[in-house]
Amino acid sequence: MHVSFTSEENDFQKEVNSFFNAKYPADIKDKQNKSVPLEKEDFIRWQKTLYEQGWAAPNWPVEYGGTGWTPVQKYIFANENAKANAPAIVPFGLGMVGPVIYTYGNEAQKKKFLPGILASDVWWCQGYSEPGSGSDLASLKMKAERAGNEYILNGTKTWTTLGHMADWIFCLVRTSSDVARRQEGISFILVDMSTEGVSVKPIITIEGDREVNEVHFENVKVPAENLIGEEGKGWTYGKVLLQHERTSIAGVARSQYRLSRLKEKIRNSDNTQPSLTGDSDFLKKIGQLEIELKALEFTELRTLAAVSVGKAPGPESSLLKIRGTEIQQKLDELFMEAAGYFSLPYVPQQYNLNSDPEEHVGFGADSVSSLVYFNNRKASIYGGSNEIQKNIIAKHVLGL
Amino acid sequence: MDLSISEEQSAIRDVISRFIENEYDFEKRMSIAEGDSAFDSDAYNFFVEQGFTAIPFSEEDGGLNGGPVETMLIMKEIGRGLVLEPYLENVILAGGVLKRLATDDQKSKWLSNIINGELQSTLAFTEPQSRFNLNDVATVAKDNGDKAIINGKKSFVLNGKEADIIIVPARTSGSQTEAEGISLFVVESDLPGISKNNYKTVDGHSASEITFKNVEINKDNLLGEIGKGYQTLESTIDDATLAVCAEATGIMKSLHDKTVEYSKNRVQFGLPIGGFQALQHRMVDTLMACEETESILLWALTTNQDDSSSLKKAISGLKYQIGIAGKHVGQEAVQLHGGMGISWELDIAHFFKRLSSIEILFGNADFHMKRFLTLSNN
Repeated sequence: MHVSFTSEENDFQKEVNSFFNAKYPADIKDKQNKSVPLEKEDFIRWQKTLYEQGWAAPNWPVEYGGTGWTPVQKYIFANENAKANAPAIVPFGLGMVGPVIYTYGNEAQKKKFLPGILASDVWWCQGYSEPGSGSDLASLKMKAERAGNEYILNGTKTWTTLGHMADWIFCLVRTSSDVARRQEGISFILVDMSTEGVSVKPIITIEGDREVNEVHFENVKVPAENLIGEEGKGWTYGKVLLQHERTSIAGVARSQYRLSRLKEKIRNSDNTQPSLTGDSDFLKKIGQLEIELKALEFTELRTLAAVSVGKAPGPESSLLKIRGTEIQQKLDELFMEAAGYFSLPYVPQQYNLNSDPEEHVGFGADSVSSLVYFNNRKASIYGGSNEIQKNIIAKHVLGL
Repeated sequence: MDLSISEEQSAIRDVISRFIENEYDFEKRMSIAEGDSAFDSDAYNFFVEQGFTAIPFSEEDGGLNGGPVETMLIMKEIGRGLVLEPYLENVILAGGVLKRLATDDQKSKWLSNIINGELQSTLAFTEPQSRFNLNDVATVAKDNGDKAIINGKKSFVLNGKEADIIIVPARTSGSQTEAEGISLFVVESDLPGISKNNYKTVDGHSASEITFKNVEINKDNLLGEIGKGYQTLESTIDDATLAVCAEATGIMKSLHDKTVEYSKNRVQFGLPIGGFQALQHRMVDTLMACEETESILLWALTTNQDDSSSLKKAISGLKYQIGIAGKHVGQEAVQLHGGMGISWELDIAHFFKRLSSIEILFGNADFHMKRFLTLSNN
């Protein structure tokens, strides 16, 4: 029983580390370190850097441009990514629709879509939730009616993250209502966002930003060849995608990185900020979080160890999403608490790199700590809320 | 990266697990707990015969050179079977001090006999005033030529009634709470001046309040250097903490599994109560608490055993987790069993009581959080 790496794995870690040192653009790093929101262009530039290295899609099979990494190598890469404070891959193309297309799509679809996703040339968004269908996703109503070689789409998708930047959207749509179970009659279809009848309206979220959207479809004509797999089987394909989302959601390495930043902040070695090192109540919260994060880390390692030898992950893997997001949110809280009064000024404009630091309110990213806290309440809601996760665990793990 | 256990290791687990299944069921366990004896000699002999009392000792000492993983596997099963026999007291506590400090002569006199089951022993790690602070030692050993004279009182001495020898930390210099100046002596328990008040504990184990009044012992009974016993005391208690935490994870898993099972069979309002979402989510929470505790146990087990400050930190992190998650899982198991959860006849109550004892044993959650934070800041 040990958690050490082999010498090949250690070499790989060094290779990844030097890649991040050499190729991670300094200006993007600067934004990340100052909590300045990234532009679409930043994401694309970074993802293209990974693409050129051949590392854009660690989870894809080699034949479609994946890395062929072992589970441990993927783990090492994710850790180095977090340690460098590099942005996470925007998941909708590389993490979500790509795997659905190479798993269930036909040859023509693979050829048409996969290269653009891999190279981050085409930007995707996800059309799952609807105004009336959140946790109860199978109740979705958006219609796709077959007319010759086309489907006619009518309905509304919502909470569409980065939909205003996307070129394409993948949607779960209802192709038949005459079904025994609501999960039947749902299909998985790809839609070009520039098609007539598609309109994107912003939803401003709690922190004041536009991150998500409502996407309306009014008699949108989509070629029938854009349907993935069989008509009416979209629920199965869509679920596979959600499972992928769930396992990658724990964010252990990123939380570890943030915890170390938090400890640095409250240590305040340069004596310019209020110090919290004498606040035993606050220190205790950090200690508790550190132990919870250790539990999450070793839970992920247990899953990794099982997958590495070809076994299915055990029941422990089911808690990754729930506890992973809870820990992220506790970190958000602690950063805001640590910022004190300076978490309160609502001055989003100062998180523009061109703003004058002399005129900034608060220390470092203090005033953004509240915005992060408010925004990230989403973490326990998206990807199937944590309560839905508990329903799933109760049913599939506990057999209730 | 490998978090699996070897075939030899899983064989250890299987042997105890079969023993509990065939010869140490709940009824048997309760008859020992409610009887006059502290434990069942035949059951203890099983551990001796199987070589389990030899596991954590080096081959030179007549042991099997086992590590923390082997101990963990044994203790987990001890937890699942609610075993009362003094494996912890003899092998981890007294044996832990002896293996670290005893001379060859001392080892052949005491350690060998612990391994072969001839000798009952313990470590008196606490006093009435000291709570969880191992360095708070008011018991005094006075130099008297080739003898030392011990005066003081030790509390909650586990296995105190049966112990032939008691390892007694006593102050030979320094003030009451100084780490420096604590010496470890082997005290034969039939010496004049020793009086024991023996009792059973809430979890069916046995312990004693032991008073030492002008107890004269040979100076040969000093273990290690005079005044330098604290580090060994702390390391041994850390081993024991890890051991009872493993025991607790076994108990927590049993409580959780039994609760889920019960909820599938107990019908109220015409439905198995496990169908109610309010209860389902609570059982998912206890599942997560069990799995997280298992993960933290693995953290402690895979921490470099030679890196003492990392190891201490991991063990305090683990004991904190047991304090919090153990309480959570134990209380939920009782609550979800309803009235049955608080009846003496069901094992749930007894798992809960043992778990509650372990939460306090060797320092509660608050104590270990403070220690964890102190170690984090160094």
